[in-house]
Amino acid sequence: MPDSTKRKAMLRTMIMVRAFEEKLNDLYQRKVMFGSPHSYRGQEAIAAGVCAALAPGDLIASYHRGTGHLVAKGADIYKLLCECIGRRDGYSLGRGGKMHMGDLSFGFLGNTGTVGATVPVATGAALAASIRGSGEVAVSFMGDGAMNQGVVHEAMNMAGLWKLPVVFVVENNLYAMTVSLERSVAVKHLAERAAGYGFEGKAIDGNDAEFVYEETVKAAAKARSGGGPTLLECLTYRWDGHFGGDPGTGYRKREEIEEWKRRDPIRRLKEKLIAANELTEAEFEKLSETVYAELDDAAKRAEAAPLPAAEAETDEVFAR
Amino acid sequence: MSDGGTKTKEMRLQEALRETLRYEMARDPRVFVMGEDVALFGGAYGVTRGLLQEFGDGRVRDTPISEAAIVGVAAGAAINGLRPVVEIQFCDLLPLCMDQLVTLAARYHYMTGGKISVPIVIRNKFGTRPGGGPSHSSCNHGAFIPFPGLKIIAPTTPADAKGLLLAAIRDPNPVLCFESHHLYGITGPVPEGDYMVPIGKAAIRKPGKDLTIVTCGGMVLKADEAAGRLGEKGVDAEIIDLRSLAPLDTETILASVAKTRRVVIVDEGPVVGGLTAELAAVIQENLFSNLKAPVIRVGAAPIPPPHSGPLVEAMVPGVDRIEAEALRLVGA
Repeated sequence: MPDSTKRKAMLRTMIMVRAFEEKLNDLYQRKVMFGSPHSYRGQEAIAAGVCAALAPGDLIASYHRGTGHLVAKGADIYKLLCECIGRRDGYSLGRGGKMHMGDLSFGFLGNTGTVGATVPVATGAALAASIRGSGEVAVSFMGDGAMNQGVVHEAMNMAGLWKLPVVFVVENNLYAMTVSLERSVAVKHLAERAAGYGFEGKAIDGNDAEFVYEETVKAAAKARSGGGPTLLECLTYRWDGHFGGDPGTGYRKREEIEEWKRRDPIRRLKEKLIAANELTEAEFEKLSETVYAELDDAAKRAEAAPLPAAEAETDEVFAR
Repeated sequence: MSDGGTKTKEMRLQEALRETLRYEMARDPRVFVMGEDVALFGGAYGVTRGLLQEFGDGRVRDTPISEAAIVGVAAGAAINGLRPVVEIQFCDLLPLCMDQLVTLAARYHYMTGGKISVPIVIRNKFGTRPGGGPSHSSCNHGAFIPFPGLKIIAPTTPADAKGLLLAAIRDPNPVLCFESHHLYGITGPVPEGDYMVPIGKAAIRKPGKDLTIVTCGGMVLKADEAAGRLGEKGVDAEIIDLRSLAPLDTETILASVAKTRRVVIVDEGPVVGGLTAELAAVIQENLFSNLKAPVIRVGAAPIPPPHSGPLVEAMVPGVDRIEAEALRLVGA
């Protein structure tokens, strides 16, 4: 069970993750952003719970719906915003955008737009950790859709075979873009697939940050001690559409969306903290205000930041 | 170019590759080898033979048959500090790895704004031969040239096999190493020690003044034989062995063609959209008014690699064809 400080830190992270998505949507609607957001609203407990459970040297690999993971792992909000809106101060100098970044200074292995493509990267990082005996654990975040990509199966098999220190976190929000899980896989729970690779798979409540934290602590400890991978299928729901231009209602019932919004992961943790006398409603409001103000300030600076110079566009094609 | 000693040792190209892996694995603990059948069996072509016994199963790994993940997992290991050298048994299997190789690994440095580099080497075999057929006998090396962030080498001598592979392992970028089926067994002197050949630098295998033959891989042997015959007929051909396909050494190519003013580009791969197309374009863009005759391309017929001997012979450029095209070019 995470202690009070950890619980409050996770709550703050979740508020920031959500606020960040709302800010991105605002920037998208105002056409300040190049491309589109892939909102993480509704899934905040997974990023917050997983990243809070990791040691400072541990690594994460992410995917297209990745901003939440980066915020939770400790990304600089200004640099992250700058990258999303294509500014020179962005993590990737404006070359990558929100789907393509990577910075080992905060343990971020990278993300990309091909579904499932970073699962081998996380697995390889774990292989390096294993060969070097560094004690690092790699977390591979992916959506439910990634579970149907061949390269994900290949990597999971290697991870199980070599007992690599990797935790596969499958964020099952029930829809791969617009296609529901029941229309794309033959098993009831994706966690069942882990048996085929020789490691444990668990389907857990992905909207309970504390529970996600506890399960990640266990999985990371097992990985670190040579026990091999774990697949955590975190059941959750994205409140918004797949991307900025998708209201998310063409393939999902409004009642379903409303029902999942009642399982709001932020409210759940907040109410637990209030019930445990660790937080008051007023303190929560104050915390939210602080987070949103911090984000607004970063966004103002990002919007005023310069765009990249076109003449520098070929820099960084090759490493020197 | 080389810090190596002047001492050389005669060995086969396959052995030169193996010695280079041994040399660098002994020197740099970050280097490790991974691929199908590379450990216990020593590799489909024997290149990794003995490495398991010398360096152990942590650094010499047999993998499941999962080409895409071999490349992707190697990329992840490289990002986290190691220097993987992986083997893909046939270049025909590289399309399985395309996303991990060209969309992920090759773009990583750029898409992270230079924060992360991916030093991986992907060794693979190319070369069309009887019995290989449509899935084990391709020459798709030219198809990888357009992908930014990827370097491509194709050594043709045992010395270059060492020099280029060593340079590739130490390069901070993904490097695709095309090893020719036709060349594993050739022998030659290999410098001992820290011998490197820079990636992106072609070699002039034979100087000449009447025409330039630009080629790579197994075709260098055929070009050499054709040049011998041409010499007997009083035609002096210069042979450029590209050695690196990306980046292309346009400087050496253009200097040679500016001198000879005639060029035949010979490749084991297809002419449509391939290596020869790129070279022909570069040459005419730069030297159009210097050329005495149009650029001639000699490449594989636009068919999948066939199984049977006579069909393969008809598909792949042979010495007769190279000679005939060269003679046509000089108007002899």
